[in-house]
Amino acid sequence: MNENYFELFTLKQCFVIDLTALESHYRQIQSEAHPDRFVTASSSEKLKSMQLATLANEAYQTLKKPATRAKYLLTLNHIDATQETNTSMPADFLMQQMEWREALEDYKVAKDVDGLENLMKEMQQMASALTNELNHLFDEKNDLTSATATTRKLIFIDKVCEDIHKAITQIED
Amino acid sequence: MALLQISEPGMSAEPHQHKLAIGIDLGTTNSLVATVRSGMSTVLQDEHGRSLLPSVVRYTDNGVVVGHQAQAKQSEDPINTIVSVKRFMGRSMKDIADKAHIPYRFVSNNTSESMLQLHTRAGLKSPVEISAEILKTLKTRAEKALGGELTGAVITVPAYFDDAQRQATKDAARLAGLHVLRLLNEPTAAAVAYGLDNAAEGVYVIYDLGGGTFDVSILHLSKGVFEVLATNGDSALGGDDFDHRIYCWVLDQIREQNPNKNPLNEEDTRLLLTKARQAKEWLTDNDEAQIIGKLSDGYPIDVILSADTLIELTQNLVNKTLSPMRKAMRDAGLALSEIKGVVMVGGATRMPHVRHAVQDFFQQEPLTNLDPDKVVALGAAIQANVLAGNRSDEDLLLLDVTPLSLGLETMGGLVERVIPRNSTLPVARAQDFTTFKDGQTAMSIHVLQGERDLVSACRSLARFELRGIPPMVAGAARIRITFQVDADGLLSVSAREETKGIEASITVKPSYGLSEDEITDMLKSSFGSAEAEKLARALAEAKVDAMSIISAINIALVQDGQLLSDPEKDEIQHSIQSLEQILNTEDSHAVHAATAALNEATGNFAAKRMDASVSRALAGKNIDEVDFK
Repeated sequence: MNENYFELFTLKQCFVIDLTALESHYRQIQSEAHPDRFVTASSSEKLKSMQLATLANEAYQTLKKPATRAKYLLTLNHIDATQETNTSMPADFLMQQMEWREALEDYKVAKDVDGLENLMKEMQQMASALTNELNHLFDEKNDLTSATATTRKLIFIDKVCEDIHKAITQIED
Repeated sequence: MALLQISEPGMSAEPHQHKLAIGIDLGTTNSLVATVRSGMSTVLQDEHGRSLLPSVVRYTDNGVVVGHQAQAKQSEDPINTIVSVKRFMGRSMKDIADKAHIPYRFVSNNTSESMLQLHTRAGLKSPVEISAEILKTLKTRAEKALGGELTGAVITVPAYFDDAQRQATKDAARLAGLHVLRLLNEPTAAAVAYGLDNAAEGVYVIYDLGGGTFDVSILHLSKGVFEVLATNGDSALGGDDFDHRIYCWVLDQIREQNPNKNPLNEEDTRLLLTKARQAKEWLTDNDEAQIIGKLSDGYPIDVILSADTLIELTQNLVNKTLSPMRKAMRDAGLALSEIKGVVMVGGATRMPHVRHAVQDFFQQEPLTNLDPDKVVALGAAIQANVLAGNRSDEDLLLLDVTPLSLGLETMGGLVERVIPRNSTLPVARAQDFTTFKDGQTAMSIHVLQGERDLVSACRSLARFELRGIPPMVAGAARIRITFQVDADGLLSVSAREETKGIEASITVKPSYGLSEDEITDMLKSSFGSAEAEKLARALAEAKVDAMSIISAINIALVQDGQLLSDPEKDEIQHSIQSLEQILNTEDSHAVHAATAALNEATGNFAAKRMDASVSRALAGKNIDEVDFK
């Protein structure tokens, strides 16, 4: 079983990947490996099927999203982007972080779904700018130090998006 | 009792032999069984040509009656006639709201967290046992219609069923003597039947409002792959609640006419609930329904319910389905314009105001061109046919998700999420935890399911303890807890202390499910008391199991034997031979042991085959992309 997610899907190990190929290779692997194919098989085959199908799901979800893909690429290069010692973040981004967090709290208290939706859009724009930056840093410059910093920002943005999502759900409940 | 039939080794699993597999829709109000015959999925009928089996079980002095006959007696004998038992599956007393208006004698079992039971004339019955009676009836119907032993069954469950409810369903099937090929989510089953029938491609929403449960699933359909993007719902919302609203309205009318009317007894409650259901169904195509009847004390009922009043009484129930729809859409990250169609499933979607609400929400007319009662069973039969190994022309792959987040209790009564909702199955996640106190040697692990941050607001699935942690300073130990959810949506949890390698693991079932002993006891009583019969059955099952594994391995050896070296092949052959010799004996334990040994011996072969089949699947298509090495 191939533990490297890129190799599992026969994709080149880089940040910009062919998402259509990722999806179709993922489906091909599940077509072979999914536990539904092994309902009447021996228990050793069932176990292997469960392991490979689980791995394929995990690998697919990781490579599909830019933030998790970037973090995974760094892991393959022995860099843990979320390690606590890895706290370097530029001051202006830290300021911005605080502003977003405050805005999120204000909208949440005011139960302002439109405000949250707009904040979400802003986050998504920010995320796509950071993703473009990563294309450049990983694949063209191979500058892993800068890529780590940008990945940390992207992970942060993802976390804010998740919290916005949660806040909207709670308001609508 | 007749023994299971066993054919010659190698015969039973001939690749081309058609295996008898069924799909069962175990519904709150009605249940159905379907199978694929000559390539067509068909609902099987009883001897009177009826497809629907009312999910009603009556305990009489002369045994158990299931279906129409039981239903006919529900007002006469309400305490012993159980309807809508699905609402009690995996549920404890505290989960059931409004017990006063349900005409049963509930009994709380042991602790407040364990599954409730019902007191009937046949003694205490658990919802699992009652459901098993419905499944047995369907099993018998299928065996008669198909004329043979069933290979197995796919049983549908609401997508929003939690672990306890799924486990209870699986236990009921086991009690009914069914081999469960898979628990399949009802909306996914409906999508399979609809999608294959209409060659649908793109994103579809399944809106499934049944008798007692509501699910909404969003799926991406593409070339035989059914990928669930998100699911949401309410496992305690359905047509029954509409009946109940009407019932309360009728009570109000009675009290208005006669403020001193005696309280109702159980017979009256069931009578009025039945009348309420009939009125609701009548109002689907009519503007007014007359509710006429006579209570047990002779008091006459005669009231008119208009369609507008029905809407007034129940619009907030319809609105309760909107929030799950919004959540599912949000989780799937989709805009309304991306939805290609909305398929309506479940009898309760016949109500016009339900259809209007769905139409308003999705801004398109919902698809109602299939029988909302049958589509789930038809889809389940298609899946059962594929799982049993009857290869269909088109390949079918279902990628389903876990409906609810799974997590662990941490300090301060908070839940740490380990697996988020809508993760594609199967899924496994590990998380590391550490000790809180110096020298702490045990850790109690509390597994929870739900979306809230507080332990008290989530469903407790299980508690277990990891003992023997080597004493260290607080925060030094590393405890890795792994969650694995299988393709049935069932969870198992294991914990491991990394420095010393101490392990504890459980398949989650204790809090709400039945213990292994309880199941064994129920199986004993349902198979009669003869010890010899039980042993014979256990032996027969072990042998069937062994034979099917031998033939599966023989087929694998023919197909992929070249993956093995000669000594490896010899080892497997040797294990097969020892198992075959033991099959001539009458020792079920020895058969189990030899089967396990054969499984063990083929572990490496299984891994090689898996790798080979994946490489084959990916080969040839992307040579340009394989240049990374």
